[in-house]
Amino acid sequence: MFYRETGVFRESYAADMALFPIPLDRWGVLVLLLFAILGVPYLTSQYWMGSLIIPFLIFALSAQGLNFLTGYAGQLSLGHAAFMGVGAYGAVILYARYGVPLLPSLLGGGLIAAAVGTLFGLPALRIKGFYLAVSTLAAQFIIEWVITHVKWIGGGVFATIDTPPLRISGWLLDTPVEKYYLTLTIVVGLMIFAKNVVRSRVGRAWMAIRDRDIAAEIMGISLFRYKLLAFAVGSFYAGVAGGLMSFTYYAAANIEEFNLLLSFRLLGMIIIGGMGSVLGSFLGAGFIVVLPIFINQVLAAFGKLAGRLVTTDLLANTEFMVFGALIVFFLIAEPLGLARLWQTLKNYLRLWPFPY
Amino acid sequence: MSGDLLFAVELGVSGVLVGVMYSLVALGFVLIYKASAVFNFAQGAMTLFAALALAGFIPYLGLVGALVAVCLLMTLLALGIERIILRPLVARPPLSLFMATIGLGFFLEGFSQALWGTQPKGLDIGIPDTPFDVAGIFISRLDLVGAIVAAVLVLGLVWFFQRTTTGLGLRAVSDDHEAALAVGIPLRQAWTVTWAIAGMVAVVAGILWGTRLGVQFSLSLVALKALPVLIIGGLESIPGAIIGGLIVGATERLVGGFIDPHVGGGVKDFSPYLLALVFLIFRPYGLFGREIIERV
Repeated sequence: MFYRETGVFRESYAADMALFPIPLDRWGVLVLLLFAILGVPYLTSQYWMGSLIIPFLIFALSAQGLNFLTGYAGQLSLGHAAFMGVGAYGAVILYARYGVPLLPSLLGGGLIAAAVGTLFGLPALRIKGFYLAVSTLAAQFIIEWVITHVKWIGGGVFATIDTPPLRISGWLLDTPVEKYYLTLTIVVGLMIFAKNVVRSRVGRAWMAIRDRDIAAEIMGISLFRYKLLAFAVGSFYAGVAGGLMSFTYYAAANIEEFNLLLSFRLLGMIIIGGMGSVLGSFLGAGFIVVLPIFINQVLAAFGKLAGRLVTTDLLANTEFMVFGALIVFFLIAEPLGLARLWQTLKNYLRLWPFPY
Repeated sequence: MSGDLLFAVELGVSGVLVGVMYSLVALGFVLIYKASAVFNFAQGAMTLFAALALAGFIPYLGLVGALVAVCLLMTLLALGIERIILRPLVARPPLSLFMATIGLGFFLEGFSQALWGTQPKGLDIGIPDTPFDVAGIFISRLDLVGAIVAAVLVLGLVWFFQRTTTGLGLRAVSDDHEAALAVGIPLRQAWTVTWAIAGMVAVVAGILWGTRLGVQFSLSLVALKALPVLIIGGLESIPGAIIGGLIVGATERLVGGFIDPHVGGGVKDFSPYLLALVFLIFRPYGLFGREIIERV
């Protein structure tokens, strides 16, 4: 009754091709955007914005990159965090060392990450599944080593490069709110692009490859081009996300933050959020970002009840346990993740109060 | 020059012996893959779990009692895994199962450390740390014992898979679950048996690695080292796991001895992965693996 498609008449090609054809959807997304632009800075504290919402947006972007690779094109990748690291270092080096303006250096970081991603995606032309996962794992280790050992890239023993203050054509960005707006603009722009890519010819080719690649090749879809394109676009998104991370969150490019654990967390984000869905990247990223805080609160409450102190070790271990259990749970119960649950809810609302 | 050659031989021998220990961990992977076509990313976490359990039980039950208790525990774990994870995911694509084992790995790591603590523990099984001296080459006693144990284990497992009905049944299950079910092989028992055996292998690997490294979190990272072993040797082959392990161990040691000093260190850690990448491009199924032929 609430969510219905009846009465929606599309009278032009533009209306037919719209991203959100159903008015309720469109209004909902507009309200959400307005809330993000106007409401969030006023309703949340600086701390929340800096340490929760900005990482949430950045991880959603990176998870979308992984979603292109694994969710749409079916190429399992366990080295996604390394591509974020490449983008981070690329962006910071361009900005700090070569004086490239802020937005082009983010773009440059993304392009460098895309190039590196394509390079490590070459094995995908010969192998798939678990074997590809191992080669992307190799990418994770090799990239980490290269960044820490090649003096020109890193700064020395710890290979951390500090980011100079952010300026866009003279305008200094130093409050969390300004960084939040920068992140929001870039993420929203790239996500709209993502939504269009996945329903374009490229997206359909990826889904064909995921479902049955031999059949896709027989139909005329060039596996070479589209698999490498998946790696390139996925790594581009990861690179931009990594660059944003270094600019707005860490204020430095540090390869230790883009480690194997982050790769697994990104994979968990798309499994829980929904593989093959732009909304899924957002939901998964939000879930994983909020999870440690949630566990923290729950354990603290339990601790108070039981009269015991909750150690950081226990918190970390519980986080691992819950993370692992959630991955297994979602794979068994809802392999298409939270996005699918949302879809099911909308379908239910479409018919409510009638049963069918 | 003779000093260099002696050094190389010493590195080679110690590499081979370390490689045997990598093979032990890889063996767990191979077993599970051989019998259920699932790549068990949680093998490292299982090794950590087994080692922590052992270290936790030894003060109360003594060495033999602790071994028995841990073997029972791993069997229970196998039962649990089969019931909770494998059974619901029976007809899903292998990628789903792989990701489920990633989740399982995280769960086991968190669980074992929550239960037994995160401090490194020593594991003492009565092997002194003094090396043997054979014609100027030092061989670690522990490495030698590990090699012997692994050899015995491998022979036993090869016999099991080639000569016993259960072993043949397990191989049939790995080829095609549904066909095996159709022929009447009890899938659930097959899987429980496999994971239990892999659990025992994890116990042995846990003991040897735990004695060498101390029982702590990094034990589960040893599993990451085992992945190149599997690529090189072939995912389905027990002799492949051994040979692959030897190659990886020797490579690691030789690279560490000869190349690392020139490039500032760290290469030896991912040199097995580089070798695996080369293999992936030219011979993806490894030295002894079976080629997967896809039919349209």
